[in-house]
Amino acid sequence: MLEWKIFLEQAPSGGMTYLGWLGSGVMWTLLVSICAWVIAFTLGSVLGVLRTVPNKWASLPATIYVEIFRNIPLLVQMFLWYFVMPEVVPAAMGDWLKQTYPTLIELPFAQFSLWEFTAAVMCLGLYTASRVAEQVRAGIQSLPRGQTNAGLAMGFTLTQVYKHVLLPMAFRLIVPPMTSEFLTIFKNSSTALVIGVMELTAQARQINEYTFKTFEAFSAATLIYIAITLTVIFFMRWLEKKVAVPGYVSQGGH
Amino acid sequence: MGEFDFQVIVKNLPLLWDGLLLSLKLFFIALVGGIFFGTLLAMGRLSSYKILSYPAAGFVNLIRSIPFIMAIFWFYFLTPELVKLVTGKQGEAVGPFTSAVVAFIMVEAAYYSEIIRAGIQSVPRGQPWAAYALGMNYWQAMGQVVLPQAFRNMIPIMLTQAIILFQDTSLVYVVGLKDFLGAASKGGQISGRIVELYVFVALCFLVICFSASKLTNWLKTRMDPAAR
Repeated sequence: MLEWKIFLEQAPSGGMTYLGWLGSGVMWTLLVSICAWVIAFTLGSVLGVLRTVPNKWASLPATIYVEIFRNIPLLVQMFLWYFVMPEVVPAAMGDWLKQTYPTLIELPFAQFSLWEFTAAVMCLGLYTASRVAEQVRAGIQSLPRGQTNAGLAMGFTLTQVYKHVLLPMAFRLIVPPMTSEFLTIFKNSSTALVIGVMELTAQARQINEYTFKTFEAFSAATLIYIAITLTVIFFMRWLEKKVAVPGYVSQGGH
Repeated sequence: MGEFDFQVIVKNLPLLWDGLLLSLKLFFIALVGGIFFGTLLAMGRLSSYKILSYPAAGFVNLIRSIPFIMAIFWFYFLTPELVKLVTGKQGEAVGPFTSAVVAFIMVEAAYYSEIIRAGIQSVPRGQPWAAYALGMNYWQAMGQVVLPQAFRNMIPIMLTQAIILFQDTSLVYVVGLKDFLGAASKGGQISGRIVELYVFVALCFLVICFSASKLTNWLKTRMDPAAR
């Protein structure tokens, strides 16, 4: 028998119902995803641009970054940031990260500290930056060579060509793949559960462990994931139409 | 933490090797199963029968909109229930590895079906029409005309997905299986030195996946008719 009213029962901790647990899970999933996305988009854009620059000393480091970060599983990277990083930095900094840093801010509705949250955001952000970089590079390279040449012929410097010609076009063209990347970071945020961040998947698992209502717990989390995914897709479709370049056929995407 | 201790890695090599073997086993089963069921799902989605195309599309979209870990939890929970339902045996134990295998096959089937669907659609419509005109039935036209060409077009992107799948096998850690990463974690707990083992695992993945992706790129340029 399915018992949906389980969610209205008092949960053993946090002074809230199981529904409250799910709600805090949603909040942390969104917070981790959005913070990580800010890092991923900023760093990914810089790296993607660098990879297209006709200068080996600029493009090589960006290429190395992308190859390293996309060829190590996300879960392994999560452990590297959380467990390994504090051990390999100078001892004083490692101690500060493990002891002082987590107490700087008390996180609301969390059973984890600021350090778990930071490690998760950093890991997801830096990992996804490598994927964003590839999309930005592809966007820039999809533009006809003539655009760069025309810009240079007009007397623009390379920086001006990027600023006024290539990037305004490229960023409008890559809205659909960026939507996919955001949805990927949103789904990948569930890997943060391995270092103790109580996001939505972790909360569903915890509710299952306390109530043995597996089907109800997982269904609720699944429906929430679907609802947020659909919301993002609808918003991005609207944005895509708004920024569409007249005369360019939309790439489709997600 | 002191110096980087290579002895820890040497001491844990047998454990790590077993872990790597489990990862590879899961990888190959999920790859073959995922492509097989992914092909069926793609054919279902492209079918003109709504009774086939709607459930196939629903399944693929459902799996693609939830996290991989959530899907693993789902199948981990559902597989024993389904086995119970089919065999009627109460309390029949389904091992964690079997549940993980089912989860990975189903998730990969959903991911691969999107690639295969695009591959099938890349074959000109005239090809199946010509096959039908020659008197072939659906399975003959698909199996002998459309799919061989579709798969040929898809090989590079399928290999890229295979590399992602190999990385994703590390996710079985969440259900406590001792895969490559799980073995490192276990060995780290016993010896009290996780740094060396995690770094070693990361480097192994880096070498394997980087070489595989370079190989894929090389294959892509070789197969591209325009580049020849």
